[in-house]
Amino acid sequence: MLASQRMNTVGRSQPAAARAMASSRLGGRVSRRASLQVVAAEKGKQLMMWEALREATDEEMERDPCVCVMGEDVGHYGGSYKVTYGLHKKYGDMRVLDTPICENGFMGMGIGAAMTGLRPIIEGMNMGFLLLAFNQISNNCGMLHYTSGGQYKAIRSDNPIIFFEHVLLYNIKGEAGGPDEVQCLEKAEMVREGTDVSIFTYSRMRYVVMQAVAELEKKGYNPEVIDLISLKPFDIHTISQSIKKTKKCIIVEECMKTGGIGASLSAVINESLFDDLDHQPPEQ
Amino acid sequence: MARRGLASDANAEVAYIDTSETVIELPGGNVRLTPELSFVGGFEDLTEATRRPIYRTLNAAGREIPGAVLPHPLGKEDAVKMYSTMARLQTMDTMFYDAQRQGRFSFYLTSQGEEATAVAAAAALEPEDEVFAQYREQGVLLWRGYTLQQFAHQLFGNRHEPGKGRQMPIHYGCRDLHFHTISSPLATQMPHAVGAAYAMKLQQARTVTVCFFGEGASSEGDAHAALNFAATLGVPVLFVCRNNGYAISTPAHEQMRGDGVVSRGPAFGIPSVRVDGNDARAVYNAIKAARQIAVDGCRPVLIECMSYRSGHHSTSDDSTRYRTSSEMRSWKARDPVARFRAWLQAAGWWSDAQEADARRTARQGVLDAMDVAAKEELPPLGDMFSDVYAGPGLPWHLQEQYDETLSLLRDHPELKPPGMPMPPPSSS
Repeated sequence: MLASQRMNTVGRSQPAAARAMASSRLGGRVSRRASLQVVAAEKGKQLMMWEALREATDEEMERDPCVCVMGEDVGHYGGSYKVTYGLHKKYGDMRVLDTPICENGFMGMGIGAAMTGLRPIIEGMNMGFLLLAFNQISNNCGMLHYTSGGQYKAIRSDNPIIFFEHVLLYNIKGEAGGPDEVQCLEKAEMVREGTDVSIFTYSRMRYVVMQAVAELEKKGYNPEVIDLISLKPFDIHTISQSIKKTKKCIIVEECMKTGGIGASLSAVINESLFDDLDHQPPEQ
Repeated sequence: MARRGLASDANAEVAYIDTSETVIELPGGNVRLTPELSFVGGFEDLTEATRRPIYRTLNAAGREIPGAVLPHPLGKEDAVKMYSTMARLQTMDTMFYDAQRQGRFSFYLTSQGEEATAVAAAAALEPEDEVFAQYREQGVLLWRGYTLQQFAHQLFGNRHEPGKGRQMPIHYGCRDLHFHTISSPLATQMPHAVGAAYAMKLQQARTVTVCFFGEGASSEGDAHAALNFAATLGVPVLFVCRNNGYAISTPAHEQMRGDGVVSRGPAFGIPSVRVDGNDARAVYNAIKAARQIAVDGCRPVLIECMSYRSGHHSTSDDSTRYRTSSEMRSWKARDPVARFRAWLQAAGWWSDAQEADARRTARQGVLDAMDVAAKEELPPLGDMFSDVYAGPGLPWHLQEQYDETLSLLRDHPELKPPGMPMPPPSSS
């Protein structure tokens, strides 16, 4: 199981028009959406996050010839954050494709390739740059299955995923699971079970929260920490179970307050779990 | 190239420049030096002599142009099939347009004046070539076998429509015919076409991707990106620009200041040609030749088809507001369908009797198709919520919304749109 290789963050993004679904071939492990397989040569090997990402990509490309990577500097340069380091030598420059600089252009290209049978991983390099691709992501990538009436279902049964990696987490070390470990990207992760308060977080803030939790424990608190993992849709089951238990909630994130993930989560909690929350504010 | 060498003083390595160089070696190739300072490419340089000429094989009256280069001469069977399709397209467009004006469905968009471009291009392709269209290429679908009934189902948005009524009329999509679903925002299909061509290259297919777009769409950033990517990555895609003179009310000379769209191809290193889009035989030849270049060289080709948008932009437009009726009349006289018919009849391959029969059959076919489509049920309520995510069932938040809507419908059946089936008693 993925321990501290957290794959979702803000600040750097590696969106995928589609992710190779190794789990869909393992039978009994199918989830409705993408599952990422992270592989290490042996179970328990210590890797840095960027290495784990790289190994996972390599593993997927080896299993499925339809998987390819495209974006700026992913090929011979090995990627701006080294996530595709060496893959170009192994798979050639058609499967690890260097593109000219145009995010909306190569995002659209990845969508077209996915529409006709490939499983591309589009490397956006960074969150700010990805916004240039927003038209293709929202109007096309997100909508084509729907607007075509489901005509693209025959090629793939998986949804496009946008996968966020935080640039400040690339060098954190952690333990990777064995070759058959998969992490479900639809479920929130229980990082620390507790009883006093539900802390919802994601990306780099998870680590910051856990540092704070160390201090809270010294003061005698027992917080529950949940990493959202799936930013859309939320794993409402895990979230509501936690709030029903603790009756108090804190959302910790690096995001804009208006129209952000935390704002959405706050709205959902207020709409469906209002009566489960204590109406006394917690003591400061 | 600047030649460097050691100076006679062995303590220091000093570079010296060859002062007689006339050429600089750049990564792309050698480039000559010049003492002249001159600016080229301003629009004032464009003249009849310098604009790319238009390839044509039949004159305005449909007569053979002697000496026209024809790498792919049209035989009777193909020519008759092309013409019948163009005639059926023209009839279909007129009748669907009128049906919209009568309120039978919400929207329509004709390809009047551009029948030759779409049909002849489709005829020059293979059935498995992937087509990414803009929205004015229903002729391609018709050529490939999309029936009048299928068109009508989509326009009426009923339960037989593959898109399940989710988009406006004319947003056709048919994977079986390798015609990808229309999306309203312009030029978004251009990078898609490049991606699909890239997939073909990886899979070593002998097919091509064909991307249709208007001269207005060529202004979009996606158009530039697609051309550049296709050229640098080397993928087999035909970029077919329908330069029909107008983008809603914006005439082509306000859309661009250079020599149309064909002039941009060479800037990207793409072989390019300008064709008379109203000469079905010229379009057929150009596309077929272009396809060969794309397949053999695994590279893009740009074809700019010059024509004229005879009709309004759509049923939401009244183009008499921005163009003169004399201009429209003069172009209607250059009807590409009539022109091709003249050539066919001169060759003895078509007759007035066949014409009357074809038009009558098409008219009746459209009327019947509309009558059938209008009576069909609309898609069920569940189709509003399905396919947002792939996979069985709905995610929890959509299931909640569906249940709420269902409940509202049961309490207030008068809110149900006419034609939509009442959902079954138990929620799915």
